[in-house]
Amino acid sequence: MITKFQVAYKNLMRKRIRSLLTLVGIALSAWVLVSLLGFNQGYETALNKDIDNMGFELMVMAKGCPYEAATLMLKGGTGLKYINESIMDDIAKEPEVDKAFPMLMSAVFDPNKGESGGIAGYFGVDAKSFAEMKPSLKFRQGKWFTRTDTYEAVLGYEAAELEQREVGDMILMPEKNVEFKVVGILERTGTQDDGTIFVPLKTLQKIFDRPNELTTIGIKLKKDANSARFEEKLYKLPDVQVVSLAQVKDTIMKLISTAKVMVLSIASIAILIAMVGVINTILMSVHERFQEIGILKTIGAMPWDIFKLIWIETLILCAIGGLLGIGLALILSKVTGILIRYVMPYAPSGGLVLIDLRLIFVTMAAILGIGLVSGLYPAWKAGRIRPLEAIRSEVAR
Amino acid sequence: MNQSNVSIKALNLTKVYSRGSEKISAVDDVSLRINQGDFISIIGPSGSGKTTLINLLGCLDNPTSGELHLGGRAIFSHAKPLSERELTKIRREIYGYIFQNFYLIPTLTVLENVMLPLTFYQKPGTENEAVKLLKLLGMEHRKDHLPGQISGGEMQRVAIARAMVNMPEILLADEPTGNLDTKRSGEIVRVLQELNRNSGLTIIMVTHNPELARCADRMFEMRDGKICEIAYEPRDSYCEDVSKDRPLRGTNEDRPIKTSTLTQK
Repeated sequence: MITKFQVAYKNLMRKRIRSLLTLVGIALSAWVLVSLLGFNQGYETALNKDIDNMGFELMVMAKGCPYEAATLMLKGGTGLKYINESIMDDIAKEPEVDKAFPMLMSAVFDPNKGESGGIAGYFGVDAKSFAEMKPSLKFRQGKWFTRTDTYEAVLGYEAAELEQREVGDMILMPEKNVEFKVVGILERTGTQDDGTIFVPLKTLQKIFDRPNELTTIGIKLKKDANSARFEEKLYKLPDVQVVSLAQVKDTIMKLISTAKVMVLSIASIAILIAMVGVINTILMSVHERFQEIGILKTIGAMPWDIFKLIWIETLILCAIGGLLGIGLALILSKVTGILIRYVMPYAPSGGLVLIDLRLIFVTMAAILGIGLVSGLYPAWKAGRIRPLEAIRSEVAR
Repeated sequence: MNQSNVSIKALNLTKVYSRGSEKISAVDDVSLRINQGDFISIIGPSGSGKTTLINLLGCLDNPTSGELHLGGRAIFSHAKPLSERELTKIRREIYGYIFQNFYLIPTLTVLENVMLPLTFYQKPGTENEAVKLLKLLGMEHRKDHLPGQISGGEMQRVAIARAMVNMPEILLADEPTGNLDTKRSGEIVRVLQELNRNSGLTIIMVTHNPELARCADRMFEMRDGKICEIAYEPRDSYCEDVSKDRPLRGTNEDRPIKTSTLTQK
């Protein structure tokens, strides 16, 4: 017994190049769709992970642009503003505060970084409070510096790789010409910490001539604390602003939403083009087989049988195209991630394109849905062919 | 084969086509009765209405007026025309069709082509019919070949097997030898004769070749839409002349011939 599926498949094989080209169109649009949806969920997951790994919920910093503050915190940068260290003591006294840690961010120009030099970021931290805030940080080698005023450094995983330093080596801070002894190298975290060089707070304040000054205070609240009321309280402090990480996340998501809309539009157009391609291919095929379909009806096929036969052809194209596209997206997700990182204003660390089973099912369902809709008209048209007309068309030839 | 007592009775069948304001009666008030097990041929020049008549008798088209009864069951009567769906239901239960251009699906093998009707509708007891028919028609050795790899005569044998796979009661053959040379034509008619004699199959064959038509038991002639039965002595001479020494099965001497089927695209 030969099935409708076999008949449909063998028919698609009749015009291999045409079927292949249609398949490529569907695969490409499926690829774009999966990558885009994967990016949508991957970006947010990566951002959440970045923010969770920071270990704190609120940042206190000098008054300025909150966007600047957000990117500064996540990406590092110049043009920093400072707050007085005494604020730290005021904050630590508040009952809502579980932990607070001071941080001084500094940047120097490193002529050896990249092709034409680049900014190297240094984080001055208090080892004890910082480690408490971030218990997830693990050491590959060594340990934290024990005091806040030594010339010792802890390197993030990538920073150590880049500088090619081991514990016990010396590392030179460019511009200031100060040498630090590497006392610890962190494990890979997949976050911004990987590229950071941590040095004792007091030492950094001294080098940059910023005694008793900080750029940021990170705050972790007690579990039952009312975050909003506490933020209100902090605003009473002079010349500071409070940025909650939830706010930072919102800001970044808003920033990238425009880009998302753009990409979504492009993906929609790609899908539309693929759909038109499918309709065209199947319509052509129906037109070419006008007589053949008429004969099928003569030998017993009902309009619905013909409708199904043509619909199956569309579904085969869409199913194979969809699977190819998803495969392509899986294989190339890293490349897509790199491309997105290149064009996005800010991209969190880790994988940007997250393709999971749910997404694969959703995309496959979408592609098959598109296939079903695309096949409707050609299938309906084929179902309406009358056998007599088909036979007469031969006579007219 | 099915031995039910189906016969065709046509009463005043008329089919009128409009060409602009002009009305053309392709079939004009035709009445005839075909008994079960008859092998009849219809001859006539081009445009005489023989194909239109076979289309009406084969439920491929609705008549403008007149009646058609199959085995006592009224198919076309005075009521409204039958829908495409209703016509298909009748066709697949009662008829098998073969055409001048074979209309085999080029991407399917010989066996798959024969089994194709079963994909849409299958009468009980027809499961192994395809292989049996190919064997009977001497095409078993070609069952895995594609239509493009066999000769015209063989293609028509495959088309006959396809028409027979659901055990029809009536076989309609519209110019079944129109694309074949004399020898191959003789072979195909001989196949039809054998099916008719051995299985009691009712066959209606349209041809423009009077010699071939004489191989049937009864012969009708059409002219200007009118039909009349021609009295003659049925004979096998044409068939015997060209194929008496040839076996029923196809031979390798057959050469593929060019056809104008769309399926050849």
